[in-house]
Amino acid sequence: MSSGDRGPAGWIRLGCSAAAVMLAATACGSSTTTPGSTLQQPPTAKMAPLASIGAGEGQLNLVLWDGYADKSWVDPFTATTGCKVTQHPAGSSDEMVSLMKDGGGGNWDMVSASGDADLRLIYSGDVRPMNTALIPDFTNFQTFFQSPPYNTIGGVHYGISLQWGPNTLLYNTKKFVNPPTSWNAIYDTANKGLVTVPDNPIQIADAALYLSKTTPSLGIKDPYELTQKQFDAAVTLLKNQHPLIKKYWALATDEISLFQNGDVTIGAAWPYQTIQLKLAGAPVADTIPSEGATGWADTWMLATKATHPNCAYMWTKWVSTAKVQAMQALSFGETPVNTKACAEMEALQAGSCSQYHADAPGSYFDTIKFWKTPIAQCPDGSSSCIPYDQWVSAWTTIKG
Amino acid sequence: MWARMALRAWAVLVLLFLFVPILLILFYAFNTSNVQSWPIPGLTTRWFTATWNDSSVRSSLGLSVQAGLAATALALVLGSCAAFAIHRTAFFGRDAVSLLFVLPLALPGIITGIALNAFFSFNGISLSLWTIIVGHATFCMVVVYNNVLARLRRTQGSLIEAAMDLGANGFQVFRDVTLPLISTAVVAGAMLAFALSFDEVIVTTFTAGAETTLPVWIFGQIRHGILLPEVNVVVSFVILVTIIPVVIAARLTGGGGTARVPAAR
Amino acid sequence: MAAEAVRRPRPKGGGAVPFRALLWRFPWLRPVLLLTPPMAWFVLVYFASLVLLLITAFWSIDPFTTQIVQVWNTNNFRIILTEPTYRAIIGRTVGLAALVTVTDAALAFPFAYYMAKVASRRTQTLLFAAILLPLWASYLARVYAWILILNHSGVLNWSLQSIGLPAANIGYTNTAMWVVFSYIWLPFMIIPTYAALERVPDSLLEAAADLGARRWRTLRDVVLPLAIPGVVAGSIFTFSLTLGDYITPILVGGADSTFIGNVVYSNIGIANNVPFAAALAIVPVVIMAAYLLIAKRLGAFEAL
Repeated sequence: MSSGDRGPAGWIRLGCSAAAVMLAATACGSSTTTPGSTLQQPPTAKMAPLASIGAGEGQLNLVLWDGYADKSWVDPFTATTGCKVTQHPAGSSDEMVSLMKDGGGGNWDMVSASGDADLRLIYSGDVRPMNTALIPDFTNFQTFFQSPPYNTIGGVHYGISLQWGPNTLLYNTKKFVNPPTSWNAIYDTANKGLVTVPDNPIQIADAALYLSKTTPSLGIKDPYELTQKQFDAAVTLLKNQHPLIKKYWALATDEISLFQNGDVTIGAAWPYQTIQLKLAGAPVADTIPSEGATGWADTWMLATKATHPNCAYMWTKWVSTAKVQAMQALSFGETPVNTKACAEMEALQAGSCSQYHADAPGSYFDTIKFWKTPIAQCPDGSSSCIPYDQWVSAWTTIKG
Repeated sequence: MWARMALRAWAVLVLLFLFVPILLILFYAFNTSNVQSWPIPGLTTRWFTATWNDSSVRSSLGLSVQAGLAATALALVLGSCAAFAIHRTAFFGRDAVSLLFVLPLALPGIITGIALNAFFSFNGISLSLWTIIVGHATFCMVVVYNNVLARLRRTQGSLIEAAMDLGANGFQVFRDVTLPLISTAVVAGAMLAFALSFDEVIVTTFTAGAETTLPVWIFGQIRHGILLPEVNVVVSFVILVTIIPVVIAARLTGGGGTARVPAAR
Repeated sequence: MAAEAVRRPRPKGGGAVPFRALLWRFPWLRPVLLLTPPMAWFVLVYFASLVLLLITAFWSIDPFTTQIVQVWNTNNFRIILTEPTYRAIIGRTVGLAALVTVTDAALAFPFAYYMAKVASRRTQTLLFAAILLPLWASYLARVYAWILILNHSGVLNWSLQSIGLPAANIGYTNTAMWVVFSYIWLPFMIIPTYAALERVPDSLLEAAADLGARRWRTLRDVVLPLAIPGVVAGSIFTFSLTLGDYITPILVGGADSTFIGNVVYSNIGIANNVPFAAALAIVPVVIMAAYLLIAKRLGAFEAL
């Protein structure tokens, strides 16, 4: 070898050319979608769900909320099924949607999506129908959660309901000696610079819910189905709220440290934050104000390109059982959809069943307005409602 | 000499500014509570055992090391090639090419991240360890390129000519003259490239798919908030392990006036 | 002879000498061979990605299915240019990036000068190691540590109160972002500034002193012009890194801290609006392109 350059450079050049050919070869596979009408069926509606659960694939990759696959119920699951669980906690519904892009891309098998993400996942074809007959506990679910409108379309189930919870009003008990009873507290200039609300466009629905009670003339029936006039009123309310906000919290831990360190005294929260703050000894409490509350309800959804569908069904079966439902409910601070979980909750922590409304009658679910993706189609059949992408851009202008 | 005193005082203040947050990280590794607040409620060493036994810490640490090593190796070959080519010859468009080579460092990481993400998804390439390596190598290459090019510029061309005149062939010149001259720059470039890859989070977010590198794991813990002390333990561990190599790297590069900048996020 | 050798089919293994001869005959061959692998990487991966991003910016999404619709239109750019919110966000991002750059230059210059011209050789090495070390301590953990310092009952207010000063309420504000960004990117400014100052020969400073130049005059007329490429090189990093960040605004920012990066990031997730995110991402690309052209004029590329 007489030239120092020839060896390595030549080798790399070969490698690079080979890579170029490969890239060129793969570069020819893009899909075009035609703009759809709002009445179309979800792209995966005709996909036949699994008829029976076969042998496990030994692996299961989950996109989930933090704490949705705790060791205490993942370890026994892996021990009995042989499915090793890889989890990727997502920080927001939007992150979940983006991770599940292209049917999970072959990376992800399931996602524990909340109602504000469900329709987006369903209509972009990222999740596929599931067979409820393979989930024995399905018949024990609260009727509302067997076929809720955010995960079941035209009788096709795009996932199995899991847990739910309300969006509560969290406050510092030292600053609020008289507990607040209205969402008015987070719109009140008296609390300027001490308020925090979620950094989430779905917050517009919270404003709409408040307006539906305080300004009946707007005629808001469903906070997720807003006409332009109703939508504008909610956005204006939130724009006026902006100067009062210390921070729009993006992560649950943001809100925890905001309350822990006294940067804020009131805000919209999940029961999770209340539990964590109380554990850390912070003087806080939460309440569902008189106007009612929005709520989230989570669904395990199966990725269109899931590579471990049998493990996915085994997992869904497992987390639907009364015992696991109760464990997850108490560790996260939320309510199981399985009515049989009530007794298990009582066994783990006396009084917790009614405290979390796990025994609530069907009528209770009318008072909680569960998150769902806003779409252009109004209940009256017209397309004059404001779809989610406009919620997103409005939210950007609200935050500035 | 009050000017010297003032400069020294300034240096001390800047060092304090740089290290107070790092000392806090070390300190909070001993926090009894997993909610971080000041002052610290109590001290414990239990998080060290917890971290040691946490398999997700080990796997993400291992993945970061793998990705860093692979990206650095690629960057060494490609970056050095580019530096030699740009240094040795004047050709049409050289200025443009040298401008292009710094783009992955000069453009914000989010651009590189979403561009690569769009590229991979457009080509139907599923995200994996390999896509992380491709993303990291793209900016690591520039670090190596900058380091090697700077050293070559400062190398006396006459040395190489002299060796050639004395009858050395191309390979001998490279082995006996060029390589010793640039070796410290290559080592320093490689270390910085590895450090950048090891702590990269933005490009990784968009190219990682199901893989969890250490920074991705840390971000997850910050979000979750339950295992924050473990984050502090891991970061403290990494700092302690890297002190010696960093001092060596500073020795190699610091005195020679060939300090090169890393960067890219 | 060499050219003839090329034309003739060669026996196996006998290529070494003629290859060298070939390089000798065609001097451009060597850089071409060297440049091909890195250029191939750049063109096939990096530029292909950037071009795809640019093209995507002219597409749109179906609002209902959030699938990309590949129909050429300039709506995304129209929205960015006409909607005051985006102008405010771009202005805020660029303004803070510039402020951070100036702050870091001001912090770094005396420090780098001390390192290069005052400190002993040993101190120099130690200081250099001290600048490199933070790069190994997780960026995320360091940003998070600042929440502990700046919040309402954090280290800063605790210290202020213990010496009898009023509390500073800078947690979760743009001031907090300014401090944290300046902190995080400071090493990237110190290193090239130090490298540039280190190259200023001591003899030059002595000569200036001999010629009767006052200290400030030496600094202004001798040191600064030689240090500027280093500072500008550092500024490329501090400016660009701030311009594209979205994590620091999430962690330490307040209600008015939305950055370009945050909108880009959320648009990729939210409604899957990659085309809009791409269009908005073109803004920092254009800004950096202009910045780089100016930096090149100032000689920063020699100091990168």
